[in-house]
Amino acid sequence: MKINKQLVFNLSLAFLLFFVIHFLMSNRIISAYYQLNIYLLFINIIMATSLNLVNGFLGQLHLGHAGFMAVGAYVSAAMTTKMDLPFLPAVITGSIAAGIVGLLIGYPIFRSGRLGGDYLAIATLGFGEIVRIIFVNTQYVGGASGLSGIPRYTNWPILFFLTVATVLLIRNFINSSHGRAVLSIREDEIAAETMGINLTKYKLMAFSIAAFFAGLAGTLYAHYFFIISPNTFNFLKSVDYLVMAVLGGLGSITGSIIAASGLTIISALLQDFGALRMVAYSMILVIIMIFRPSGLMGTKEFKLSFLEEKERR
Amino acid sequence: MKNKKFIAGLVTILFAVTMIAGCGGGTPDPTPSETPDSVKVGVNLELSGNVAQFGQAVANAVEMAFEEINAAGGANGIMLEPVLYDNRSDNAESLNVATRLASQDNVPVIIGPVTSSNTLAAIPVSEQFEVSVVTPTGTATAVTVDDRTGETRPFMFRTCFIDPFQGEVAAQFAAQNLEATTASIYVDNNSDYSKGLEASFQSAFEGFGGEIVSVEGFVIEDRDFRSTLTRMIGNNPDVIFIPAYEEQVALIISQARELGYEGALVGTDGWDGPRLPEVNSPENLQNAYFTNHYTSESDDPKVVEFVNNYRDAYGSTPTALAALGYDAAYVVADAIARAGSGDKIAIRDAIASTSGFVGVTGTVTLDEQHNPVKSAVILGFDDEGRQTYVTTVDPN
Amino acid sequence: MKNALLFYGVYNRKGVSMDIFIQQVINGLSLGSIYALIALGYTMVYGIIKLINFAHGEIYMIGAYIGFFAITSMGLGFIPALIIAMIGCAILGMAIEKIAYKPLRKSTRIAVLITAIGVSLFLQYTTVFFLRPEPRIFPKILTDGRFNIFGLKAYITYQQLTIFIVTILLVVLLQYIVHFTKTGKAMRAVAFDKDAATLMGINTNNIISITFAIGSALAGAAGVMVGVYYSAINPLMGIMPGLKAFVAAVLGGIGIIPGAFTGGMIMGVIEAMVSGYGNSLYRDAVAFLILIIILIFKPTGLFGKSEREKV
Repeated sequence: MKINKQLVFNLSLAFLLFFVIHFLMSNRIISAYYQLNIYLLFINIIMATSLNLVNGFLGQLHLGHAGFMAVGAYVSAAMTTKMDLPFLPAVITGSIAAGIVGLLIGYPIFRSGRLGGDYLAIATLGFGEIVRIIFVNTQYVGGASGLSGIPRYTNWPILFFLTVATVLLIRNFINSSHGRAVLSIREDEIAAETMGINLTKYKLMAFSIAAFFAGLAGTLYAHYFFIISPNTFNFLKSVDYLVMAVLGGLGSITGSIIAASGLTIISALLQDFGALRMVAYSMILVIIMIFRPSGLMGTKEFKLSFLEEKERR
Repeated sequence: MKNKKFIAGLVTILFAVTMIAGCGGGTPDPTPSETPDSVKVGVNLELSGNVAQFGQAVANAVEMAFEEINAAGGANGIMLEPVLYDNRSDNAESLNVATRLASQDNVPVIIGPVTSSNTLAAIPVSEQFEVSVVTPTGTATAVTVDDRTGETRPFMFRTCFIDPFQGEVAAQFAAQNLEATTASIYVDNNSDYSKGLEASFQSAFEGFGGEIVSVEGFVIEDRDFRSTLTRMIGNNPDVIFIPAYEEQVALIISQARELGYEGALVGTDGWDGPRLPEVNSPENLQNAYFTNHYTSESDDPKVVEFVNNYRDAYGSTPTALAALGYDAAYVVADAIARAGSGDKIAIRDAIASTSGFVGVTGTVTLDEQHNPVKSAVILGFDDEGRQTYVTTVDPN
Repeated sequence: MKNALLFYGVYNRKGVSMDIFIQQVINGLSLGSIYALIALGYTMVYGIIKLINFAHGEIYMIGAYIGFFAITSMGLGFIPALIIAMIGCAILGMAIEKIAYKPLRKSTRIAVLITAIGVSLFLQYTTVFFLRPEPRIFPKILTDGRFNIFGLKAYITYQQLTIFIVTILLVVLLQYIVHFTKTGKAMRAVAFDKDAATLMGINTNNIISITFAIGSALAGAAGVMVGVYYSAINPLMGIMPGLKAFVAAVLGGIGIIPGAFTGGMIMGVIEAMVSGYGNSLYRDAVAFLILIIILIFKPTGLFGKSEREKV
């Protein structure tokens, strides 16, 4: 196998990034407050990229991503806090649980054809609300006040590598033949169906993969923030992720990463402007859709030009 | 090849972003000098979101208290600098704000949040950074005592009475003063506060020989309570106990009266505020009573002065929440004065040993579980819909 | 009348009678009238441009605020306030269509839906920002009072009665416009086939504007009536009723006017029954459960005819 300079460069860059932050955090050069926001940033990256799979690559509007995050968070937190199980099985179970819930919600909607696609927005919105209501009424996980005393298992190496893994897995999925089928549905449902693509199957596949990763983000979130409560995963949380996916570009993974990072930082800076932040978010949505309907990056991916040149023949 | 370009892009972005996020952090803790000129006091309150009006009232009172203290020469010569952030009435934001206050602003003590849920979210920060958290109004028992181990949380304090006490007072009033034998409870299922009160009222009321005929719940977004109330009134309770906040209670009372309920309505400090008389005619509010921390009608000179100053500054009568915020600020100032430094542990010990502190909501002495021992008042409404003092109930 | 009660013989487990059932139906129909008025706007807009107008719930909220200010600042009575709110909302609806949706006529569906969500959030949070988040107390402009029904221990209040009467008048008016006027005919033509309608010389842009105006006016009326009925309004009050009204429109068969009306009423009664006999905490969940059930068993709704998808 040929040694690829680029691959070496990338891997070393990734490791460098990882170790630099690791060093800064472990020596308390980055204060707890910034550390908290860096963690939030990486969790948001998982959420935004996975949401983009549905909204960007499949082309269906999904408005309840925070609901799947809640499923992952609650299932995993109940396992570690209430049953004293270790972190790893909790993460896996939490993510799978979210994926399964995605299947259950998606099936009736996608099965009912194109009309169903239209209703996905409402159904997912409603789903997010139902999840919230169910957790509010479940005393086992603390009801409305939420589940507190969750052990802080999420650490920097776990978070970093799971985020990178999520992004790469979603990327690989899109480049696979299944992913191409999903893209063809976005471009033209009828043509895709004529080509023999099973619409329900691929829509459901993209949707539940997204749900799975949202669940993963939820498990990491719960095990960093000590307390989760049903209100943490409300509709506005879903809107946050929607704005990230839209701003970055519907169909651009690197776009989602940039937007997730940028908006997390801006949101932290705008701590004291609660209402204005939402006004700005809503204007971003409308203006982008009117003037640049595919988002800032469109379906393009961010690339380094000096590396790109080496690839040209 | 495409894949690699992608990874290159990805890694570069992650790197750049993390650098941006990471910079600006990391000023090392300044070593506290023996007697500092000033001490920062963190304030973590609900300035926006669904309980914003409570956070705002406390913020006003805290600000007023600090101005008074500094104008009078500070806490034993130490000026107090409040650092106020909004937690948007959200648990995660409350944790975020507490972390920011503790790690960025290096405050030794934080006043707030208002609600029990948001206060619970700040517990890990208090322990990690050894910062004292003094909630003016978080009434749930779990705020200061870990209900799993029964141990007192070392850095958590409050300056208001706890839910069980308030629930007992309400039950005692219903059973003895109103001579009720049956009661229904209407709970706000979104709040710890409401659920805690439900439990304590229920056991106390049954202890007085009464019967709880039904317990119903609502959620904070509800505006139409008629269907549930219709069912509740069908059981003919002597008393309906509504441990909730004024926003919903105002509508519940109006709809209950509209549906023909003429029995007594009993509530708790969440009823305090302008909403009940705004929504309801004075007739609706007859036979409605609630427990509270203080009454603005009191002729205690300390209270009169506070009420007048607050009215001058903000143009409205201070609610009990404002009074509690005011007392919390003074308790903290008193502790800083006794500690004589900005040292976290010294301040913590000073707060824990607060004793006989006279505030507008009564005399504050913290017990071993960091809860004050205070008396409660029962308020009703006169024929113009204004709050009137009914009686005082002392802790046994 | 006591005998009549025994004749009905409907007693629940706590020994409470028919009275309560009737009371719940009345409560449900009042709520249902509100849903019906909102659902009509959803269904008309969907019928004509196949767009789920998420901002519709916010138009209802703005209607409540317009009514509030008309009553408090201008000192108007119920009917003038209702009319002003309807006019204000009609203008707002048309403006939203012109500014946000019209440029996107040729865009993908998801782009339009995201815009709709954006508009909805924009209206919510500009209202939060300028009018503050806390609820406003709607002044009492209708006298308190109630009628006893058939001598039972069930009541209908003046407010509920007003809601029924206004809703029915508005729905009759709407049916008249849609079925007996030229504009209505053009609306039906555009809904049936936009391109063909354009070819026949119908100004589709105007018709779309008018549809938004009428739908928004109905939502505005619902907003004012909700203010009167619940006595409190707030900037986020449109979210849940908006979603439920949409489910009501789907339940009746989206794009079908009588369907939206019936769907709204059914939703209202179901909700009252869930609160009254089940657990009110699951009331919101039930609405979405209904949506899922419709999608599984009859995606075209109660009044819908199945139609082959056009290619």
